Amino acid sequence: MTLQEKEQEIIDEFAIYDDWMDKYEYIIELGKELPLIDDSLKTDNRLIEGCQSRVWLNTDFDGENMQFSADSDAIITKGIIALLVRVFNNESPKNIASSSLRFIEEIGLHEHLSPTRSNGLASMIRTMKMEALKKV
Amino acid sequence: MNETIAKLDVAQIRLEFPTLHQEVYGKPLIYFDNGATAQKPKSVIDAISKYYSKDNANIHRGVHHLSQIATEQYEEARKIIQKSINAPASEQVLFTKGTTDGINLVAFSFGQLLKEGDEIIISEMEHHSNIVPWQMLCERQGCTLKVIPINEKGELKMDVFESFLSNKTKLVAVTHISNTLGTINPIKSIVDKAHAVGAKVLIDGAQSIQHAKVDVQDLDCDFFVFSGHKVFGPTGVGVLYGKKEVLDEMPPYQGGGDMIAKVTFEKTTYNELPHKFEAGTPNIAGGICLATAFEYLNSIDMDAIHAHEQDLLTYAESELKQIDGVRLIGTADNKTSVVSFIVEGTHPFDVGTLLDKQGIAVRTGHHCTQPLMDIFKIPGTVRASFAFYNTKEEIDVFITALKRSVNMLL
Ligand SMILES: Cc1ncc(COP(=O)(O)O)c(C=O)c1O
Repeated sequence: MTLQEKEQEIIDEFAIYDDWMDKYEYIIELGKELPLIDDSLKTDNRLIEGCQSRVWLNTDFDGENMQFSADSDAIITKGIIALLVRVFNNESPKNIASSSLRFIEEIGLHEHLSPTRSNGLASMIRTMKMEALKKV
Repeated sequence: MNETIAKLDVAQIRLEFPTLHQEVYGKPLIYFDNGATAQKPKSVIDAISKYYSKDNANIHRGVHHLSQIATEQYEEARKIIQKSINAPASEQVLFTKGTTDGINLVAFSFGQLLKEGDEIIISEMEHHSNIVPWQMLCERQGCTLKVIPINEKGELKMDVFESFLSNKTKLVAVTHISNTLGTINPIKSIVDKAHAVGAKVLIDGAQSIQHAKVDVQDLDCDFFVFSGHKVFGPTGVGVLYGKKEVLDEMPPYQGGGDMIAKVTFEKTTYNELPHKFEAGTPNIAGGICLATAFEYLNSIDMDAIHAHEQDLLTYAESELKQIDGVRLIGTADNKTSVVSFIVEGTHPFDVGTLLDKQGIAVRTGHHCTQPLMDIFKIPGTVRASFAFYNTKEEIDVFITALKRSVNMLL
């Protein structure tokens, strides 16, 4: 599946919810299912400090594709991270760096990426793309 | 409730606040973020519109008709505010951009009078805006900052405060009411004790003047600062009240138009109070409409407001305590209508996001009081702060929504 197809899949999954609380129920479930990253990886250099919640991001590269694992102290942030990891994992640095991540807007979660929300997500995406750029 | 206090007609009051009557995410808006900023009554909104539709001109400068009208209104506004806080003279009411601006003015100008070794006292429950300007001053002038600790209920440890006081103490800057904990501090006692060693006192009134009648002469503080937007007035305007002898002694803050008596390249002399501290074109509409907000507030019985808000506080706290895992942060004996809390096993950001989607506006996070969060060893709180237009019915909806949110998160 291409990165764009993964995005479309998420958009389709969210299309069935017309109630905001149902949408968030699903995001919270995703957050709960996302494997925790190992505590040994929760180091300060992997920490993205937001004003409201904190995010840890670990990046791996196998010479071809990128792998991310991430965690947050807030479960909704974690649920959104789960979606990002799903879209970006096993993708080439070039694909990641050039992606527009339109799914976030399409499923109505763009408010979480505004700098004023400061939950660390906007910086996390920036960091993911920067890490990818370094490998292009 | 005390029978002699008239009951507030909340339904009638709510009609005056247009923003309260709307839906967010398809749910009726419940606005519990009054500590951050208050909604505006129609009279204030209309006054802003009227000013810009009819009276707009620069003040203190023009000979023409409009300029005179604007100047008169601006100076009249100063008098209305003077009377509302019972300042001795209107020249002691300085218009600022807000609380932060007022504190920075004092930290700079009063700070110029301080020297190495002088001490400034603040408290652990201060807003960042009543911490950072003093830290900057201490760095500039070599002064020392002392911080009054709090107890587990969120009350100042007055014995430690007293032990800090000496002839080195030059200023005590404390909040009247904590924005995070709701604690009402014993200001008169703080002022008396500080004055006994010759120190001046600045009161951060950002959270107090909308909840209680403030009489600056009765408090006897040297400075009192607040923001217009938290007292149902416009943003971008606030007030610094100061005692005349202290203000006279202080050098100006910013240089520019209006604050001068005469400018030459050899020597500039400064204007009198209040203009000495009001350089440049001010927020004219802001000042005028802040007075409108005071007129509105003065038309309502403050005792009735207080009684209603205390009712809301008691009700919200007792309802919250019945929810498993809720821990109230800030349980002072003397509190205003602010409830800060965390729910065991949940993050404030998650709770706030889910409440938002149910139409309820609360604040989450550290509330610009990071050191306080460190003391309580929490990342932040969820804070519901009530104004007199809030109701018990809204608290019921909030409690139901909170339970639903917690169920989803756990
Ligand atoms: C206690 C306290 N002090 C100062 C401030 C700063 O006020 P402003 O941002 O209006 O300058 C606030 C506002 O949140 C406050 O609650």
